[in-house]
Amino acid sequence: MEYTTIAQMSAALAAGTVSSVELTRAVLDRIGQLNPELNAFITVTPEQALAAAHDADRQIAIGKHGKLTGIPYANKDIFCTQGVRTTCGSRMLENFIAPYDAGAVERLGTAGMVAVGKTNMDEFAMGSSNETSYYGAVLNPWDKGCVPGGSSGGSAAAVAARMVPMATGTDTGGSIRQPAAFCGISGLKPTYGRVSRYGMIAYASSLDQGGPMALTAEDLALTLGAMAGHDGRDSTSVTRDAEDFTRLLDTSLAGLKVGVPKEFFAAGLDAEVGEAIESAIGVLERLGARRVEVSLPNMSLAIPAYYVIAPAECSSNLARYDGVRYGYRCSDPVDLQDMYVRSRSEGFGNEVKRRILVGTFALSHGYYDAYYGQAQRIRRLISRDFANALAQADVLVGPTTPSTAFRIGAKSSDPIEMYLCDVYTTAVNLAGLPGASIPAGFDNGLPVGMQLIGKAFDEATILQVAHQFQQATDWHQRAP
Amino acid sequence: MDNSSPDIEAIARLARLAIDPNDVPQYQDAMQRILALVAQMNAVDTAQIAPMGNPHDLGAALRADAVSERDNSAAFLALAPATENNLFLVPKVIE
Repeated sequence: MEYTTIAQMSAALAAGTVSSVELTRAVLDRIGQLNPELNAFITVTPEQALAAAHDADRQIAIGKHGKLTGIPYANKDIFCTQGVRTTCGSRMLENFIAPYDAGAVERLGTAGMVAVGKTNMDEFAMGSSNETSYYGAVLNPWDKGCVPGGSSGGSAAAVAARMVPMATGTDTGGSIRQPAAFCGISGLKPTYGRVSRYGMIAYASSLDQGGPMALTAEDLALTLGAMAGHDGRDSTSVTRDAEDFTRLLDTSLAGLKVGVPKEFFAAGLDAEVGEAIESAIGVLERLGARRVEVSLPNMSLAIPAYYVIAPAECSSNLARYDGVRYGYRCSDPVDLQDMYVRSRSEGFGNEVKRRILVGTFALSHGYYDAYYGQAQRIRRLISRDFANALAQADVLVGPTTPSTAFRIGAKSSDPIEMYLCDVYTTAVNLAGLPGASIPAGFDNGLPVGMQLIGKAFDEATILQVAHQFQQATDWHQRAP
Repeated sequence: MDNSSPDIEAIARLARLAIDPNDVPQYQDAMQRILALVAQMNAVDTAQIAPMGNPHDLGAALRADAVSERDNSAAFLALAPATENNLFLVPKVIE
């Protein structure tokens, strides 16, 4: 396709050199061509997409369009979509068709974007490789023997393979940033509460946050502007005025303080990834940013605290899947208990069961304070560490992941090793801060991601740094 | 924090899950390793630290006590595996 980014497509649509129907057809053709191998999509909706594209073209024809009108995109299959099945990567929801749209989906639709389908993901967003999906693993477009990361692995692979210019993702412990890093694209987890969780299937409610995944920081800024905003149907949605997240994109980095947490470069980081990130920090310095050494002393406790809080909240949230009101029900239950137990045991995969068990244990009588209470206190310490570091710097930078994408199957038998993929990302969710990953180099042909972490509600500065970096580098333009 | 091995079958009962007896050792091993990882939290004295449940320390959001939803019962019942007379149907509870 001639156009790859939203900014390019938007300009072409406004100039009348292409129509939304043409763009959408091209996107659907490319999905048809690549998806049988990559498995990035669980569901593709050509009819609905083309109908929405026709509507968009009518809006453009009468001059009633915005920057996103007519742009094709995909939704992670965790976002409820009215009339289109939402599986959450699970057998439990194999036939679930939501009767409403998620808040974020509704907003992107209002902005005129054209949804083309639902992307593959780790089951209930629990995983860092997309291997826990009931619908099969997704392949990394850069090396089809490697994982795309997870849990938003389908979204990341779809954007990286230029199937769609943007896809939604969700990030509970790194699920937007880690796959963005593994697939060489840009992804932004907004501040907790920025994007509505209404209709976004819950995993760990105090950590979950939806956000955009795209090729460039500019496209992230454009689409976040449409996705974000208060939603009274989500009790944790923050009340803030609409913002133009593109407003700082063209502002120079001169004088901007970039904090480098030393804990991000400690043991466990692959040397090549570390070198790529050091070079990227060098680029930021040449653009006028000032490097400041900072510390996050409790960083090593993020994974332990996360693996109590997330499973505890998951065990509570996933109690709703009981075979009564929606979702999978086992055949021929002998009584109510049998129906609950067999529906859940047959409907959930191993990793989901493992997290439910850990969470159930952590919340059980006699253990609650030692596990959940302690994890919540550690969470405050981690949040204070970030506040201290971000008092000395405008953004923090470091690697998104300790290594590049690993081989399919390499970590699937060892949950702890898989959990450590998110060693640099979970802390950001615990503190509720915005974080992005942008392409910053390659190691052995696989992309390296640089993580940018900002102050709460300061996505605009993260996007400024990312955009300025992308004006000086071409890592984000490399295609598999 | 007690790191002794939890009884997987008892926890599974609480979670309304059935674990195949052949898989119990695998779950037991994973649980023990996860709890050992989590035990690193014990190294920190948090006696003076208040727990953090919401990253912005926001309390529960309240809204006016007024009807805000229309009746969606038909749409919700349509999702259920079994219904009868506008009710969710489940196996008999009392013989």
